[in-house]
Amino acid sequence: MLDKNGIAKRIAREVKDGMYVNLGIGIPTLVANYIPEGVNVVLQSENGILGMGPFPFEGEEDADLINAGKQTVTLLPGSSIFDSAMSFGMIRAQKVNLTILGAMEVSENGDIANWKIPGKMVKGMGGAMDLVASAKNIIVAMQHVNKAGESKLLPKCELPLTGIKCVKKIVTELAVLDILPEGGFRLLERAPGVSVEQIKNATAGKLIIEGEIPEMLL
Amino acid sequence: MINRVVKNAEDAVKDIKDNMTLLVGGFGLCGIPENCITALVNKNVKGLTCISNNAGVDDFGLGLLLQTKQIKKMISSYVGENAEFERQMLSGELEVELIPQGTLATRCLAAGYGMPVIYTPAGVGTEVAIGKSVRTFTYNGETKEYLEEKAFEADFAIVKAWKGDTAGNLIFRSTARNFNPMMAMAGKITIAEVEELVEVGQLDPDQIHTPGIYVHRVFQGKNYEKRIEQVTVRKRV
Repeated sequence: MLDKNGIAKRIAREVKDGMYVNLGIGIPTLVANYIPEGVNVVLQSENGILGMGPFPFEGEEDADLINAGKQTVTLLPGSSIFDSAMSFGMIRAQKVNLTILGAMEVSENGDIANWKIPGKMVKGMGGAMDLVASAKNIIVAMQHVNKAGESKLLPKCELPLTGIKCVKKIVTELAVLDILPEGGFRLLERAPGVSVEQIKNATAGKLIIEGEIPEMLL
Repeated sequence: MINRVVKNAEDAVKDIKDNMTLLVGGFGLCGIPENCITALVNKNVKGLTCISNNAGVDDFGLGLLLQTKQIKKMISSYVGENAEFERQMLSGELEVELIPQGTLATRCLAAGYGMPVIYTPAGVGTEVAIGKSVRTFTYNGETKEYLEEKAFEADFAIVKAWKGDTAGNLIFRSTARNFNPMMAMAGKITIAEVEELVEVGQLDPDQIHTPGIYVHRVFQGKNYEKRIEQVTVRKRV
């Protein structure tokens, strides 16, 4: 079973040289720490950065320079700054190659819910609805089950949706799965030490298992 | 050259009245019009509708106007950092319309570009689409559904820039730019507070982000706190 950093490390293997990548808040942010040397990517932050760098050194933080999670960051050589309309313009126009974000629920047809629990938690969708509605390549980083032990990979989302039929791939602490065009979670890889049986038990939606399922490489 | 300078924040917001709609620039606490927010708190105008990406934190930014219950309605994309906001919203004291961030930005842009509606795929199939017209378009070989979203109509836009000149031309700095340029374009009356106000001729015309035609009032701001929401640093090795 993977921890948060393990999930991030596995997703980092999906990041290819030359990509423009948008990383959501939480586990997706950690992906930046595991992008292999020699793989050149440009990180987009939807508040208006291409070429976002690591956190600043202590004492060098700049109140005018933050990421979409409101954390102080730095700029790398070759970076650019733009306004919010252009930022979502490049997202809508599908210039950003890969979007990695978290989710509360994903359904077997690729719907995603990650912004609201009615009556309990309403933080807002931020840029997530724009991203999932336009991005061609969306990977979800999430826990396979919630704190109550219930599956978050469902036949149908129960929470208010963020977007429909958009998720392509999911990486959890147990597995890597993709979502087939005709619907269903296809199991691609198992996390180290995790059995197919465990993944079956943790998946409420339609799970498709074809042949031997390899253990994931990290 | 036309002179857009007003004395201070009090002067700039003097005709903002109860129940008006305001566009307020900034992302989180980054690039927010601190001086004007304070002036609005002191002026005690009530029943405001504020369109702003976030709602500040409990004791800073738009959170100050929430504490004093001066805001009737917020139109935002993300409000996660403000406990008082969440309390007022869940109790029904505060009316809240949550909209996608890109939709928010583009509805400002549309207003500044004189276009009454935009079409965006954001929110299709979700509760954001309720009551909205849905159109299907084929573009670049892809057929998709789009929501019709209206350009904002706001009485005032209040923005913060790094530098401005007396003609109202503005330059923003780093990610404090965010929503400020498009909100500046979208107000019936636009107020800009700047960290450094200079004479005309001092700014390079090629570097202007917002031309002064969009800015009706500009003033030299003071005492900027520029609070950081989350200081994240790394250690030197």
